[in-house]
Amino acid sequence: MSAPLLELRQLAKSFGGARALRGVDFDLRAGEVHALLGENGAGKSTLIKIVTGAHQPDTGTITVGGTRVADLTPATARALGIACIYQQPALFPDLTVAENIALRLESGGTLRRLDWTTRTQRAQELLQRVGARIAPSAEVRQLSMPEQQLVEIACALGAGARIVIMDEPTASLTQTEQHLLFAVVRELRKSGVGVIYISHRLEEIFALADRVTVLRDGESVGTHAVTAMDEAGLIRLMVGREVKQLYPPSESAPGETVLALRAVGCTASGVRDVTLELRAGEILGLAGLVGAGRTELARVLFGLTPADAGEITLRGERVTLRSPQDAVARGIAYVPEDRRRHGVVLEMPIEENMTMAIHRRIFRGAWLRFAAERSLALEFIRDLAVKCSGPTAVGGSLSGGNQQKISLARWLATKPRLLILDEPTQGVDVGAKSEIHKIIRRLAKEGLAVLLISSDLPEVLGMCDRIGVMRGGKLCAILPGKSDPHAVMAAALGTAEKGAV
Amino acid sequence: MNRYFRELSVVGALVVVLVAMAIFAPAFFQPQPLLSLVTREAPTLVVACGMALVIISRQIDISVGSIFSVVSVCAGLLAARGWPLALVLPAAAGIGALLGVVNGILVAGLRLPSIVVTLATMVTLRQGLNLVRQGEFVNMPDAVQWFGLPQTNGQWLLVGAALALLVLLGVAMRHVSAGRFVYAVGTDAEAARLAGIRPQLVTLLVFVFLGALTGCAAMMNIVQSPQVQPLSGMGLELKVIAAIVVGGVAISGGRGNLWGAFAGLLLLACVAPALTHLHVEAYWEKAIQGGIILLAVVADGVRSRKGRR
Repeated sequence: MSAPLLELRQLAKSFGGARALRGVDFDLRAGEVHALLGENGAGKSTLIKIVTGAHQPDTGTITVGGTRVADLTPATARALGIACIYQQPALFPDLTVAENIALRLESGGTLRRLDWTTRTQRAQELLQRVGARIAPSAEVRQLSMPEQQLVEIACALGAGARIVIMDEPTASLTQTEQHLLFAVVRELRKSGVGVIYISHRLEEIFALADRVTVLRDGESVGTHAVTAMDEAGLIRLMVGREVKQLYPPSESAPGETVLALRAVGCTASGVRDVTLELRAGEILGLAGLVGAGRTELARVLFGLTPADAGEITLRGERVTLRSPQDAVARGIAYVPEDRRRHGVVLEMPIEENMTMAIHRRIFRGAWLRFAAERSLALEFIRDLAVKCSGPTAVGGSLSGGNQQKISLARWLATKPRLLILDEPTQGVDVGAKSEIHKIIRRLAKEGLAVLLISSDLPEVLGMCDRIGVMRGGKLCAILPGKSDPHAVMAAALGTAEKGAV
Repeated sequence: MNRYFRELSVVGALVVVLVAMAIFAPAFFQPQPLLSLVTREAPTLVVACGMALVIISRQIDISVGSIFSVVSVCAGLLAARGWPLALVLPAAAGIGALLGVVNGILVAGLRLPSIVVTLATMVTLRQGLNLVRQGEFVNMPDAVQWFGLPQTNGQWLLVGAALALLVLLGVAMRHVSAGRFVYAVGTDAEAARLAGIRPQLVTLLVFVFLGALTGCAAMMNIVQSPQVQPLSGMGLELKVIAAIVVGGVAISGGRGNLWGAFAGLLLLACVAPALTHLHVEAYWEKAIQGGIILLAVVADGVRSRKGRR
């Protein structure tokens, strides 16, 4: 048997303290579609980025077509025939299709003469090969998303790619467009190209893939022929582990209802028909895949994208939340997902970061009282065990976990009734993670209602009293706290009510 | 490092220039000419105060020169019609603020890039003024000059007013919540929004404030001479922005303060008279000012790159 197109052995990669991959084996043969499956954060993207040369592995070997490649860069990856088609095509919107293809494929000096006839001809030919009816002279901005993906695939073919990676290619496609794409993928397979296919939609994997590799927590938990698997088996592999006893036990008895949503929706952000209740002292988890609408729901509750349907009731009073100011005034706090971008202002001292949301309260008459600010900062630094050189250190000098604590402190300072946490432990090392968990528990015990959005399934299962699962902008299930992880995963993937789809 | 290191380095440069002048051209320190020099810069300082806020909030306004011209002519016409100064002054500030509202709404409301918006308003206002006035000067009643005070008193009044504004605003930027909001919006508008600050409102207000201050500055300028030139504000924006950048306010927002801007303004303002007193050809003025600006920008670039590491 000939050597596989691509062979990865014991690939490992860490980012700071977080180990994204811990010794993954993977191989791809010519003429197969090999699906890569795993929860959010299981290591799929890291693996792809290593194969495309965007990241270098810490340890492990990469063998392409039987030859070992020592250090893979984006340029060498391309030269070796590796191409990646992303969910959001990376084309130049203002250039024509032919120009985009030419940019990828042509090389040579800056001043070389452009041969428009061959350029157009080749574009035409490549587009035909992928079965796309697109004029080479069309501007990319006028193409639909699937058409742009086809252009990407045409580029890959033109570059002589033998390994094509598709990262959730169907996420934004309609049914018909999917079928068109599937046909192209089958064509690719027939012509001997190896396809690495990443998707959360299990039915696609069964329709398309030959083999499937499941990643979990940065490790491969097995490669199987698709024909030998069923959906339940795959979900079991993805979730796998038992929820470990790392999580502090729940001690609070839920009190009065703090937040009640009835059929809340927001057209702009795709949140639809969400009904739920959250009580004081309760931690409600929000699970779901990336893009399921969890962050969007949080933004609705914080007034960033106001709801345009349904009723929001806070402690028995019906409210409209049109801006963050409204939300803050009503005791809602939102610790956003991307703390690096929107949580902590990296150039600002810790103390200024902490008081940003409470100027009106601690600085009466708008006159800043530095002493009050300092003592508040010191209190939070001690209380949340922030590791820093002092309250005047800038936010950017802290580690991820400590930045998260600063972001949290800013919002705790507002003395909220409802705390929305969006991925509070993402990219945080294990020690800081369990500290943050303890803090969340303590806050709940003190009577705060907590809405915890997390893609970390064990975290949701271990921390939450109840778990809401979102899919496609809807809250599709509310499960009790110590639920079976498979049930949560099944709800998030939508396999539980397959007949309805 | 001292938090005011950047500002102090400009002050240091200024001291060097002044000491050099004291040694080589002591005539520079004659009180009356010096007071006149400082008085001429007083309106610029007022505009610089407002501009610093705009730049700290990560915007820019290059239409101040045109606003200055328009307000000068309008205020001059009102004064010539016999309006009392007590009414002309608020009218000037009001017209300036109104033009600031236009800039502010376009930038904050429609989220257009401020450099393009204010470029457009700069050209529109200037050409509009040319069209209407055809370059005509406005003659003003004597009572307006120096607010009807003796010249020296009037000069002290203008300088005192400008310095008072500087101190008030400089302190407010550090000690009042609103000041910190301007910094927060300039550093990270999205983070500020999530913290319950309204970045668009802050942006609008800094433009309006700059407009109002530019109106006041125009007023401070027209009382210094018997006639109002139709294009007295030409080039003002460059002068002001240069002073602020030299003073260490980051053009990318969020960093710097008014004290630095003040030091930068004095340093640049010293160049021309220094050259005169040292009998160097005046052609060197712009070249030296350009060199100072370049030096400041390079220093900031090197510093921020080091900081990132």
